Amino acid sequence: MRGIRLGLIGGATMLAAAAVAADRTQESVARGGFEAKLQYCKTCHGLSGQGYYGYFPMPRLAGQQPQYIENQLRAFLERRRTNPIMANVAHALSPSMISALAAHFQALDPKPLGGAPRALSGLGKRIYEDGLPESNVPACAACHGLDGRGHSEIPRLAGQLYAYTVGQLSGWSKARGQGTAVDTSAVMAPTAHNLTRAQVEAVAAYVSELR
Amino acid sequence: MKQSNLWLALFLLALFAPIGPVRAGDNDEVRNCTWCHGTSGQGYMVAPRLAGQRPQYIESQIRDFHDHIRDAPFSKQYMWGATAALQPDRARALAQYFATIEPKPANDGNRASAARGRTVYMEGIPEANIVACYACHGPNAEGVRDIPRLGGLSYAYLRSRLEQWGQGYHSTPGSPMPVVASQLGPEEIEALASYLSFVR
Repeated sequence: MRGIRLGLIGGATMLAAAAVAADRTQESVARGGFEAKLQYCKTCHGLSGQGYYGYFPMPRLAGQQPQYIENQLRAFLERRRTNPIMANVAHALSPSMISALAAHFQALDPKPLGGAPRALSGLGKRIYEDGLPESNVPACAACHGLDGRGHSEIPRLAGQLYAYTVGQLSGWSKARGQGTAVDTSAVMAPTAHNLTRAQVEAVAAYVSELR
Repeated sequence: MKQSNLWLALFLLALFAPIGPVRAGDNDEVRNCTWCHGTSGQGYMVAPRLAGQRPQYIESQIRDFHDHIRDAPFSKQYMWGATAALQPDRARALAQYFATIEPKPANDGNRASAARGRTVYMEGIPEANIVACYACHGPNAEGVRDIPRLGGLSYAYLRSRLEQWGQGYHSTPGSPMPVVASQLGPEEIEALASYLSFVR
């Protein structure tokens, strides 16, 4: 009984705190807090959201599906997707800020950053469009679209940094779908697993050039 | 007469001919750097350590001094002249030479703020829109490609570079550092420079 009451008080306090936090961020979105946060994102993800090669490849956000951005930020926060930097980043973003940022990035359309080995993209195109039936790899285009732009929670791949896509596909189950909660990234796990390193590189090279 | 001219020409050629890859620190080119940067490139006073620095970074900075892009006071005073006659292939050879020397950490920061500096380095301060240095400079501040190694540089150098980014001086075109540094206050700069001076 006492536990329940404490729980209720705790819950109410949290709700109140969340409401205050939401209020404050609503305010700061309005007062130019948005511009500052946007610049913060672009410091790492490129000044036009085209991605950036730091010590780690920082993915292109330009043209990305807002629903995917929102999902991933939630996954970082809930530790379903392992990334210490992005978990901290996500902690300081309110839902309204996330929506505003995601809408902004969706509208950007810079040229792909480039830098992928060109020789691979022929094989990459074949895998992307036809899949590899003999290894149970479906055509990427079936979900991500022939143009690689994705839709709703299926991410855009077009123009994505080569090293980023290689890194994600080769370490899929180590970073994504952690914990026990339902996570849509599970869809990709068998596909990523069934691709060889060379096939991963080919697909990554191909999508990095898509516009 | 003709023959003595020929000998003189050959003598001068031998004296000034570029000598391929830079080897052990016993030639004039290396000595021109080490007068200020320390005998084994470990840095001295205002001249930063070159030992262990990323060769692509050294090359890019020589280019930016040469082209008068990097324009802080000491850059103008010393490095513009020092790089004026340096050809790109010699710059590359010097960069390779210094990159292979084992770097020693300066260890001259404020120990009391090093822990705070480490937190800022690894996590940034998301609420204040300060990005994590770690994302570009790597887990041990070792740098990569043309992104410099920061670990073990001297406190004074790190601090003045971080301050200069925010003071409107120029360095590498297209670098995100002016945006990064404009968010840093004196306390964060002090902490970061302290932490990094101890990183090996």
